[in-house]
Amino acid sequence: MESTVPLSHYLVLSTTLFVIGVLGVLVRRNAIVVFMCIEIMLNAVNISLIAFDRYMNLHTGQVFSFMVMCVAAAEVSVGLAIIISIFRNKPTVNLDEFNIMKW
Amino acid sequence: MFHLAFLVPLFPLIGSIVNGFFGLRIGKKAVGWVACGTVAFSFLVTLLMLGQLLFTPAEERLFEQTLFTWMAAGDFNAAFGFQIDPLSMVMMMVVTGVGFLIHVYSIGYMHDEYSYYRFFAYLNLFMFSMLLLVMGNNFLMMFIGWEGVGLCSYFLIGYYFEKKSACDAGTKAFVMNRVGDFAFLLAIMYIFYLFGTIDYTEVFHAAPEKLILGAEPVTIITLLLFVGATGKSAQIPLYTWLPDAMEGPTPVSALIHAATMVTAGVYMVVRCSVLFNMAPFSMSVVAFIGGGTAIFAATIGMTQFDIKRVLAYSTVSQIGYMFLACGVGAYTAAIFHLVTHAFFKACLFLGSGSVIHGLHGEQDMRKMGDLKKHQPVTYITFLISTLAIAGIFPLSGFFSKDEILYHALMDGNTILWGMGVTGALLTAFYMFRLVFMTFWGESRVDPHVHPHESPKVMTLPLVILAGLAAFGGLLGIPLVHGWHALHNWLEPVLHFDMASTLEHSKHLLHEVGRHAPHWEALLIEPEENIWIEISLMLLSLTVALTGIAGAYFCYVKKPGLPDELIKGQWGYDLVKNKYEVDEFYDATFVEPTIQGSLLLWKKGDAQGIDGAVNGVAQILGWCGQQARVVQSGFVRNYALFMVLGFIMLLFIMFF
Amino acid sequence: MELLIFYPIGTLCVFLALGVVLNKSPIGSAMCLIGMMLGLAAVFAIQHAHFIAILQVIIYAGAIMVLFMFVIMLLNLKGDDTVWKTREGNTLLTGLGAVLVVGILYKMTEITGGGEFDSPTPIQETFGTTVKVGTTLFTDFVLPFEVASILLLAAMIGAVVLAKSKMDD
Repeated sequence: MESTVPLSHYLVLSTTLFVIGVLGVLVRRNAIVVFMCIEIMLNAVNISLIAFDRYMNLHTGQVFSFMVMCVAAAEVSVGLAIIISIFRNKPTVNLDEFNIMKW
Repeated sequence: MFHLAFLVPLFPLIGSIVNGFFGLRIGKKAVGWVACGTVAFSFLVTLLMLGQLLFTPAEERLFEQTLFTWMAAGDFNAAFGFQIDPLSMVMMMVVTGVGFLIHVYSIGYMHDEYSYYRFFAYLNLFMFSMLLLVMGNNFLMMFIGWEGVGLCSYFLIGYYFEKKSACDAGTKAFVMNRVGDFAFLLAIMYIFYLFGTIDYTEVFHAAPEKLILGAEPVTIITLLLFVGATGKSAQIPLYTWLPDAMEGPTPVSALIHAATMVTAGVYMVVRCSVLFNMAPFSMSVVAFIGGGTAIFAATIGMTQFDIKRVLAYSTVSQIGYMFLACGVGAYTAAIFHLVTHAFFKACLFLGSGSVIHGLHGEQDMRKMGDLKKHQPVTYITFLISTLAIAGIFPLSGFFSKDEILYHALMDGNTILWGMGVTGALLTAFYMFRLVFMTFWGESRVDPHVHPHESPKVMTLPLVILAGLAAFGGLLGIPLVHGWHALHNWLEPVLHFDMASTLEHSKHLLHEVGRHAPHWEALLIEPEENIWIEISLMLLSLTVALTGIAGAYFCYVKKPGLPDELIKGQWGYDLVKNKYEVDEFYDATFVEPTIQGSLLLWKKGDAQGIDGAVNGVAQILGWCGQQARVVQSGFVRNYALFMVLGFIMLLFIMFF
Repeated sequence: MELLIFYPIGTLCVFLALGVVLNKSPIGSAMCLIGMMLGLAAVFAIQHAHFIAILQVIIYAGAIMVLFMFVIMLLNLKGDDTVWKTREGNTLLTGLGAVLVVGILYKMTEITGGGEFDSPTPIQETFGTTVKVGTTLFTDFVLPFEVASILLLAAMIGAVVLAKSKMDD
């Protein structure tokens, strides 16, 4: 039996990527980059889903990560559309300049 | 036939709904047809049931119809049910019969009104409530009807709501009625507390066995009921709303404030006769209030110049007679007078309406006179009714009033009898003063106004009512016993076994270790003495004729005489100002209430409650201002808070 | 084999992710992201999730990233975004990241430390094949699948409505 990577290592990878994504969301002001960081977070989640799936020998985790991809696709398409329409009103993607939603 | 009982109130309700919601759309003619038609149907159903009741043996003349259980909570159970017995049948006949005639009359009288449909919707609603009142088989049903008629009365008094005086009068009537209604409600609660039921049959069956004659509970109940009756029936001290109620259209005055609603109190007392029989003290209160009101209102009636107000005080006075009769135990006489009064007073009011209609709204008798040429039909019918109310043989009022006086004397209380006779004298006087000032003498009518006779739709009801006023007395011919149809008719309802009640009371008293007082006097039935009856009749006839002669002398022979007599008399001014009772009430009840309300409003409400509410709002607003800083509008801040929250969750999960 | 692929590619992915965050120009970020996604596809593949690995390449690295690139090009974005602001900010953020990493890992080991995940369950030959995943997807998860399709449809319509220039002005 070939040696395998322990589950915890996958989880470390997943966690690291997730936290990098979180920090990116917090740090960056460019709306598109913020979106990319959200993608990183989603991918990090996928890693743990797949890893657990493999270790428990089910297919549920794969189906779940498939769903995550669907949601990500939907989110990105709508999100980018929103960015485009905001950009029409105000030619910037800097999130700090969009504070009109407060009363 | 009795199972059709529910149709009687249902028809006017349908009429009211149709007229109220679609009245403007279906046109005046249809409104009139709907209103009169529904009441006519009620009347027909009532007639059918009367026929059936007549062919039922006297002891079985009690039919109850329960439509549904209205509310049931714990021990409390109120059915939505009707009761048909001789008493309610008499009331139903009066309400639907007289009501129908007045509806027909209103078609003519209200013809030029814009909100014609509103008037008829209210009038039909009133019929519905009044029928509930008289047909209900428990106290709560009566109370619903009682409130319903009060509400409709309020609507109809304030019918000309663009006139402030009409609105005020409506409010006054409503508020004063509420005082009485509250007492009535208390009485119902007390009855439920004592008997565990509010069904007439059960309460009246249980009362002689459960209550001690003359003890506090029954006295309190009856007094509370009577306070309720004084409110609705305009007796001292709650009578002042009725004269003001004349702000409403005249058919309303005829229907509500003369023939039906104001006599609801009398009906209620008669309905509860079992309870009243057991409370001698309440009986004398009823009698004295009734007698006192009869004279009191009559004196005011002598000094008024508004034709409708005179009739209003006359109504108050006549209802006083009815209570006098109740108070001396002559319930049949009370109902008899109620019926005849409904006939002649409705006729008088409608007649006055015809006069007002003919004079284009003039109500002051000083601007009338010599109308008998112009309005012959009105004059004749008015005269017949006036003779009836004055008590001239052989018109209806003679029989009913005489019966009351006879019973008052036979009861052994000469003061009450004296009150009655004085009242009769005053009645004859002020009623003929009215007739002479309106129809006789010289014309004082505004020269621009040309009096004319009213249309047939108005005079026909007048003629019918005058006929009833003339011959209604045949219901109770007093001299020949056994011919008193009304007495025999009501006997099963009013039956009261004093002897066994006394037995029960004695027994109950012995149980608590007390001795029964001497009640033997209550058992003595007054003997029927035909000679006293005849001499009384002659006396009251003389009294009535004296009153008429006095009025003739003062207002036809020497029209200047009254003015000379009253000059400088402070007593006259006092009476003319209605004994300043309104002012007294204003000063003692209305003004403090208003001041108290103002205080509550300005201090209690505007500062206290509003302050608290606004203060809470302000505190929250301040908190919001502080918390607003968090809502920077920067997306990344929100994300940061999310992450911080997530970290906190992690920490929570650690421990 | 698994070890040989996982550790270098995992490390690479972490660096690429950092590159996404730290790169000043959006184009650079996007490029790093594509690289990271391809790396992750490899990570998926060594765990027998072949179908997902393919999807990762096609959907993520392909479709979604093309969309990103397209928008960046369309808006003609410059790399004018400053990443780090102050020293205190850096410390704060690093601390925050450390707390997060430690917290999540602690929690995860708490869950997985029960022994049942110590060694992987022996797997069949067919595990992770498209047939297997498809069977699961269309039997147990057919309703979520349909819902996902509706979601995608809604997103498509929404994107069109949001992004179209206003016709009336």
